[in-house]
Amino acid sequence: MVFGALAKREQVRDCGMLATRALSLVGKRAISTSICVRGGHGVAKVDDYALPAYFDRRENPLPDVQFVTELNAVQKSLKEKEKGSWATLSNEEKIALYHISFKQSFAEMNEGTKEWKSVIAGMFFFIGMTGLVVLWQRKFVYGPVPPTFESEWKEKEVQRMLDMRINPVEGFSAKWDYENKEWKK
Amino acid sequence: MRNWGGSVVHFNWRHTVYGYVQSCYTPLAQRCYSHGGKLESDEEFDARWVTYFNKADIDAWELRKGMNTLIGYDLVPEPKILEAALRACRRLDDLASAMRILEAVKDKSGPHKKIYPYLIQELRPTLDELGISTPEELGMD
Repeated sequence: MVFGALAKREQVRDCGMLATRALSLVGKRAISTSICVRGGHGVAKVDDYALPAYFDRRENPLPDVQFVTELNAVQKSLKEKEKGSWATLSNEEKIALYHISFKQSFAEMNEGTKEWKSVIAGMFFFIGMTGLVVLWQRKFVYGPVPPTFESEWKEKEVQRMLDMRINPVEGFSAKWDYENKEWKK
Repeated sequence: MRNWGGSVVHFNWRHTVYGYVQSCYTPLAQRCYSHGGKLESDEEFDARWVTYFNKADIDAWELRKGMNTLIGYDLVPEPKILEAALRACRRLDDLASAMRILEAVKDKSGPHKKIYPYLIQELRPTLDELGISTPEELGMD
């Protein structure tokens, strides 16, 4: 298993590394799996990432370790008080006890971030930048449009289309009033 | 729907603590033995879990394991299971876990806002007896 492989590597040098760090961090049950004494060569080194970690997840309400691993004096005395009746604890003490064991409450871990605002802002920013690029292109990159876009040309073009009776039934010429020489209202 | 233990978990309203909702889903089986064994009823499921948490010398690992597994199921646990779990927390001198359990079942109810108040109502005697405050009372929501 993993610890067998680790121990083999350690055989060459007697690291003498006791998993004291592991001992203090890990609960009783996990010690038996994390310490592996191999024939007098010392204890296999346990890396941080291999130890049970604390994490706040909805689906795992009680993580393997407490959030606060080293208790200060106040917290230790609070833990002692916890052994007695809980009704004697004040609200602040209860909250403090909770935060020894857990980092965020469910309400805190479930609240959304404000990331969406950055996302929308970023979108608008890049769309704006693109707009500037397009304007610049129009001015400096593209040549002039063909003469067929000039209004004088267009007027003559429309007149020609009307003379040809383009779409006289329901379309273009149908909308022109030939008697009064204007567009139908 | 299967959890990775291989058991079939049906979402089932009658099993939850929603007092006045009709059962509109099928049979209340929680575990389905793939080799064709007897299906477990709601009462058996509840009884099993109550017995689990009622173990007198339950240790912290077993409490955590039980709770995490229970939350993994597609149901909100009955008040009697939660009561047993809270009493287990008391035996282990762990108020934080007791509060966490309450938060977890509230979260487990999801959009069904009426479940959690009902649970608290049913658990009120136990909460008062053990001196557990709900997260709401402490302003942690």
